[in-house]
Amino acid sequence: MPQKAEPAPKRRRMRRFTRRDVAVLGVLLGIPVLIDIAIVWGPTVASIGLSFTSWDGIGDIKGVGGRNYEDLATGYPAFWPAVRHNLLWLAFLAFVATPFGLLLAVIIDRGVRFSRFYQSTLYMPVVLSLAIVGFIAQLVLSRDNGALNAVLANHDNPVDWLGDSDINLWMVLIFAGWRHVGYVMILYLAGLKSVDPTLKEAAAIDGANARQTFFRVVFPTLRPVNVIVGVITVIEALRAFDIVYVINKGRNGLELLSVLITDNIIGEASRIGFGSAIAVVLLTVSLGFIVTYLVQELRGEKGR
Amino acid sequence: MTMPLTVRRRRGRLGVHAFLAAVSLAFLAPLLLAVYASLRPYQETAEHGYLSWPKRLSFDYYERAYTDSGMGKYFVNTLLIAIPAVIVTIFLASFVAFAVARLRVRFGMVLLIAFTAGNLLPPQVLVTPLYVVFNKIPLPWWMSDSLLLYDSYWAVMITHIGFQVGFCVFVLSNFMRTLPTEILEAAIVDGAGVWTQYWRITLPLCRPALAALATLEFTWIYNDFLWALIFISNPDKLPITSSLNNLRGQFFTDYNLLAAGSVLVALPTILVFLLLQRHFIAGLTLGSSKG
Repeated sequence: MPQKAEPAPKRRRMRRFTRRDVAVLGVLLGIPVLIDIAIVWGPTVASIGLSFTSWDGIGDIKGVGGRNYEDLATGYPAFWPAVRHNLLWLAFLAFVATPFGLLLAVIIDRGVRFSRFYQSTLYMPVVLSLAIVGFIAQLVLSRDNGALNAVLANHDNPVDWLGDSDINLWMVLIFAGWRHVGYVMILYLAGLKSVDPTLKEAAAIDGANARQTFFRVVFPTLRPVNVIVGVITVIEALRAFDIVYVINKGRNGLELLSVLITDNIIGEASRIGFGSAIAVVLLTVSLGFIVTYLVQELRGEKGR
Repeated sequence: MTMPLTVRRRRGRLGVHAFLAAVSLAFLAPLLLAVYASLRPYQETAEHGYLSWPKRLSFDYYERAYTDSGMGKYFVNTLLIAIPAVIVTIFLASFVAFAVARLRVRFGMVLLIAFTAGNLLPPQVLVTPLYVVFNKIPLPWWMSDSLLLYDSYWAVMITHIGFQVGFCVFVLSNFMRTLPTEILEAAIVDGAGVWTQYWRITLPLCRPALAALATLEFTWIYNDFLWALIFISNPDKLPITSSLNNLRGQFFTDYNLLAAGSVLVALPTILVFLLLQRHFIAGLTLGSSKG
């Protein structure tokens, strides 16, 4: 772990830690740091290293340079569809589910009756595991006796919502969105509650209408929430796995990068080097977003 | 002038309620459908579809899902993994947060970044090396009957701890920054050591945040599907969410049975949510709004 010295510790305390204090600090900071290195950062670095090898998990580890990456880009037909599906997933969550969650939060925040009921109901799917969401999606979308085909009453020519590789991703996205909307809504509701009401009053006195007040005055003050929601959206889109895995193990139109990694590692072929190369692609994309987020966080930290 | 305004406003309110009610119904519908399907025999829904009038309603599938597939055992497995994992995670994370936010130790910022960023990584990035390493770590027979870390509860537990500590550090350090420093300073003047400052002074003030995090973390670990899928090979050791996959037959799947299983698995999380809603929401929003 890279540790750089903090520039001139201005706020260093005069107080010294006793020997007992140092021991407590050493043990109780040491254990979580060791676990974090062993479980999170060590494996991350190891994944990067393994991605340049052709290891199958048993024999010797042999370096192959960038060949895994070349194979990935040119010789692995599932790769580009998976990338496309992950990006679509991100776009759907970011441009459909997230704005919808924000809209619901704004409506509920303006104070309607039964708002507690609406809030609880809309939020309920968030506590469900994505695996369960996948199972429920099958009940709704199954071709032969699913509820959707029954509503549409198309007995003669039923649509195979989950089997048709042209539409199944969209169907799954609706269910992923089902769970994402509530999450986003709760975060925005909390953010909206903490907006200073005098801001809105001032805007109203200046003659701004509701829309102008929201977009020009309220929304900019929600910036910390926007950042968090953005991060959650990206992370959810890149992590997506359970829901497609329970539906059809992520095949036939539902390929995702996470599924390809799992397939290559615990599949019979056990192509660990190759699976790691896919993991590194996923890592690179997520790190891009994580670093942007942390930079924002730290900037806020300094301003405080 | 006032009349049309109130009329318009009332009409607007009606529109808002109609919209919210419609959305709420749409959000509840899949859950209700799952419950409905689970109460009906397969032959009936196979013939008439899930959206038809019931001829017979029964709890047969619940009995079958619970006894035949031994769900009780899987629930116990989940508790064996989740309870220690939540306690250890929150204990370790609260100390790191305390050191970063209250003691302001050197490199505190680096710690905070390392933990927070680690929690944001996609789990699949860590899967391969962990799988390989867990297969190489021997454990005594009384800890794991596979004699390895692989295929033991410990593997799932430690992975959850390592992964979730990051989120808890982030949330708790944000929370601890909002606590008044005077209490801590008074304790230091009285000669309290680091442990006393942490355990006796700071933790009791964090009770609401700790309750919120415990609720949230328990739900997340309960809902986990991936780690157990990869680190556990003996089907008897699976936690509840991952075991659900076993209700599916190799060639034929009785979706009504699956629905009953899904409802049984979802029920505890929904109950936790309804009973501890305040904590649950506080846990999620503590991280986003600073304090």
